[in-house]
Amino acid sequence: MQVYGTKVKTPLFLGTARYPSPAILLQAIQTAQAEVITVSLRREGAGGGAFRDLLAQSGARVLPNTAGCHSVAEAITTARMAREVFQTDWLKLEVIGNADSLQPDVFQTVQAAKVLCAEGFKVFPYTTDDLIVGERLLEAGCQVLMPWGAPIGTCQGLRNPDALRAMRAHFPGVPLIVDAGIGAPSHAAQVMEMGFDGVLTNTAVALAGDPVAMAGALAGAVGAGQAAYHAGIVAPRDMAEPSTPVFGLAVLG
Amino acid sequence: MRVSILGAGVAGLCAAHVLAARGMDVVLCDDGRAGASTLAGGMIAPWCEAEVAPQVLERGKTALDWWVARVPGVARRGTLVLATGRDRGELTRFAARTLGHQSVAAGDLEPALADRFDQALFFADEGHLDPVKALAHLRQGLPLAPNPRQGDVIVDCRGIAARDQLPLRAVRGEMLVLHAPDINLSRPIRLLHPRWPLYVVPRGDGIFMLGATMLESDDPGPVTARSVIDLLNAAYALHPAFAEARVLKTGAGLRPAFADNLPRVERWGGVWHLNGLYRHGFLLAPVLAQELADALIGGMAHAD
Repeated sequence: MQVYGTKVKTPLFLGTARYPSPAILLQAIQTAQAEVITVSLRREGAGGGAFRDLLAQSGARVLPNTAGCHSVAEAITTARMAREVFQTDWLKLEVIGNADSLQPDVFQTVQAAKVLCAEGFKVFPYTTDDLIVGERLLEAGCQVLMPWGAPIGTCQGLRNPDALRAMRAHFPGVPLIVDAGIGAPSHAAQVMEMGFDGVLTNTAVALAGDPVAMAGALAGAVGAGQAAYHAGIVAPRDMAEPSTPVFGLAVLG
Repeated sequence: MRVSILGAGVAGLCAAHVLAARGMDVVLCDDGRAGASTLAGGMIAPWCEAEVAPQVLERGKTALDWWVARVPGVARRGTLVLATGRDRGELTRFAARTLGHQSVAAGDLEPALADRFDQALFFADEGHLDPVKALAHLRQGLPLAPNPRQGDVIVDCRGIAARDQLPLRAVRGEMLVLHAPDINLSRPIRLLHPRWPLYVVPRGDGIFMLGATMLESDDPGPVTARSVIDLLNAAYALHPAFAEARVLKTGAGLRPAFADNLPRVERWGGVWHLNGLYRHGFLLAPVLAQELADALIGGMAHAD
């Protein structure tokens, strides 16, 4: 995937929260060969330097996020702080509309995206599968969209595959990364088989019994789904189609 | 052997106690500032902690006996683990990842929770203590010194203050102490939640300690409003009478942690370190102190 002029080979992005330890997180990143990891800043503030130093050992590129922000102003403040702390203009923009469902507030997300893109941020907006919101985000200056698969942390898989399929068709050529809701490798493979460019997941790995093994499983699934998409998946049909023609078979006995 | 121990939190006091019991001449050097240990929950819960850190189970199993033998007031009433109806899946997940539990109705063990939580996990072999009282008791009779004595073996147990010597990071934790005389609970309760897990530890006389946040931050400043809201919301979900509780105390401290979040004894630059206790201070300090004693005695034998 080419995003903001940068080539990203591994389509699996990893979140960094709630792992049993930073050591296990680092092993998971390595096993998945993840090139991009997201890191939150809103609650930790500037005081998380030791944790960030550990993350830097992974060699992965940091995509700071604005998780925990509920307003345009909070998101902008956190974004500016993230740019200083992480020395990057990449930003995963999250403006949460409801503390319970963690659904994105798409109106405020569009507003914040306008301001941040104008300030030179390379914004990766967390959004729903709504097409018009996606268009507004692209108009605001975003060059990538991150639609949800299901609410954050639910591990439900894709709640609305049809809407995501429509989104893929509606935005040809725009990098689309499904963020949130992935629980199992099969969900991740499904996303990639639909032609999406990537998957971002945190909970599915961090809370797995063996996060390192799960990181490997997800990386394998993402790779398989991507390969299958490029290979051209045979569409299902409702009648059996024998591989060998019936007509002309010798009738014995 | 003469040993100067730096720091009088749970690591330093357990080390002093064990080394003195093994016949060493020990002094404690401490600046008297309250560290992270005084804010701990004081749960001796190796089976529960093994959910995310399976390594602590074997090493922590003897801790409860150790504390019972040395300080008064240690309760052996187990731990009760609950989830609200909506988060029932969390209970299933917790049960699958842990050992040593049985399924119970919460109200059978804690009548205050009757009809509110029909399903719960009971970890019968766990216990709890009051960290401030336990540490004060351990400290009694241990000789103090303003500075390490010349020529002593140095054991550094200063927690996060030793981060200039060791690859430690701080994991901020915040806690509250409430007075809720309407609520009667006799054992630690853990309320599982994907975002706002809570534990409540009864301290007796209607006093409860609520904890604890885990933030990757070295900010030692006061508790944040968000953390208070989150802890109190969870407590309210556990029992509505917590809404009328008096807030007696808030606390924020820095847990010292290595990259793998596991405590250890290490020799570094000619100094022994017992550190990285993270959230396992009262659980693992006794066994670490014994490992330290073995290492010192073994080292001495080796030197001979």
